[in-house]
Amino acid sequence: MSVDKETVKKIANLSRIAISESEADALVPELNNILGWVEQLSEVDTKDVEPMTAVIANKLRLRADEVTDGSKRDKILANAPVEEHGFFAVPKVIE
Amino acid sequence: MTESKYLIQGATGDWEVVIGLEVHAQITSNAKLFSGASTEFGAEPNTQVSLVDAAMPGMLPTLNGECVRQAVRTGLAINAQINKYSRFDRKNYFYADLPQGYQISQLYHPIVGEGVIQISLDEKDPDAHGKAIGVERIHIEQDAGKLMHDQHPTMSYVDLNRCGVALMEIVSMPDMASPKEAAAYVRKLRSILRYVGSCDGNMEQGSMRADVNVSVRKPGDELGIRTETKNVNSMRFIQQVIEYEAQRQVDVIEDGGTIVQETRLFDTDKGVTRSMRSKEDAHDYRYFPDPDLLPLELEDDFIFDCKASLPELPDEKRARYKNVLGLSAYNAAVLTAEHETARWFEELLETSEAPEKIASTAANWLTSELFGALNKMGVGIEESPVSPAQAAELLGLVADGTISGKIAKQVFEIMLESGEGAAKIVEEQGLKQESDTGAIEKVIADVMAANEDKVSEYRGGKDKLFGFFVGQTMKAMQGKANPQVVNELLKKVLG
Repeated sequence: MSVDKETVKKIANLSRIAISESEADALVPELNNILGWVEQLSEVDTKDVEPMTAVIANKLRLRADEVTDGSKRDKILANAPVEEHGFFAVPKVIE
Repeated sequence: MTESKYLIQGATGDWEVVIGLEVHAQITSNAKLFSGASTEFGAEPNTQVSLVDAAMPGMLPTLNGECVRQAVRTGLAINAQINKYSRFDRKNYFYADLPQGYQISQLYHPIVGEGVIQISLDEKDPDAHGKAIGVERIHIEQDAGKLMHDQHPTMSYVDLNRCGVALMEIVSMPDMASPKEAAAYVRKLRSILRYVGSCDGNMEQGSMRADVNVSVRKPGDELGIRTETKNVNSMRFIQQVIEYEAQRQVDVIEDGGTIVQETRLFDTDKGVTRSMRSKEDAHDYRYFPDPDLLPLELEDDFIFDCKASLPELPDEKRARYKNVLGLSAYNAAVLTAEHETARWFEELLETSEAPEKIASTAANWLTSELFGALNKMGVGIEESPVSPAQAAELLGLVADGTISGKIAKQVFEIMLESGEGAAKIVEEQGLKQESDTGAIEKVIADVMAANEDKVSEYRGGKDKLFGFFVGQTMKAMQGKANPQVVNELLKKVLG
């Protein structure tokens, strides 16, 4: 598996990361290097092997349906670049 | 099905419409899907947000067991396969209402597999025009926050109260062929969800909304290319979207164009759909298993308990009302469509002394008298000023002949206003029906004496005058005479 410059630009756009042309050029071999390295894993035959989700046997724990959190608007909004009337205020996004 | 098919008449002939719906139903729970923040509607902005919902670094999701239980119960209610192994995936996209940058959903291993919903197109006789609509899957996912665009000239406001609230996405097969069928499907699904108690079905508050998939084809052809109109939030709009989209697609194809598989938006003011160009890349969600959550594995006992907790569902209830209680198909359908109505009706029967005997009368009374009064007042059955027990008392008085059906209407009016019991009103206002033959005979004798000419006309063959004598007798007794007794006695006396 390898990526070209178009793919790199598309991924950057989907991730909302701004990159310049020269950065995109530099990222192509870098990403292909990483992909090539990870691809070594495909040398191992994993047919009929169940995907491992955790190193130790563990079960998903369920929470009781109780309200234990909330009422901390100040903390929630503390890092917002702009806050108005208790809302986050962001550049207008509308269809 | 005998009724005419829904077809779009194009320049090149008839076109069929194929519809599939993805219904997002908010799961009824106190806390959110992965956090302990409240789900209550209408709170001050951003007051029901945990650090998990706001996607602060280092926060980890913990699954709410009740949401799992409600999804499984919903699956069981539509006879669906329950997947004992399911898993959560990240659906990645950027939007201002989604602080995580991804929605936790279930793409590869949903909790509920294939099921079926029986719809009917004829309210009066549901069995005659039924159709089975397949459900492909139900999965659990997070809702996003809410954006407000009209509060500021250049800014959008973000409220994260809804962010992380649990949703079920109920995906139908492309089994519907008309706007009517789609509406019937949503109505039935809503009814089932409300019976189960897994969603309140409140479309105005956004507890239920649908993505509407529409394509068109010539009869017998392969499926056409579909468009998906997002977030349609009323039964009427769903039908409008289908009508508009089907016609638009036929026009495009017949003009030599092709349909683009795309996401569209419904403009409720203009009644049209339009392309959401900004979402061109939207289907590139780069799903992958959420590394923060282990797979969800269900035990047999858990599923068994979910099943045991289900109430009698609308289809079973309707069949029982018809077959056991002997109600008409129409009454059985109307009374079971909403869980609250059925509950009210059953409570009435339970508090009455002879439930089987009055079931039919009660059903008629409820669908005409009570619904009529509630409609006039503009309230639902749960806000009825007359309780089921009070209704049982009223109908009991009619059943045992204490009052006539006509007087019962009068008593009901007074009950609605005063909130008092039927027996008390009848007693206080002297509305008790007169069934004593002696008393009635006396009045009849007076009526006949005062109308000798009419009596001889009647005896001369003018049968129609019988009604006149009934009317006069009833009038003289202020409507309180037992009409049956009056009829019998008059027949005897007039010969």
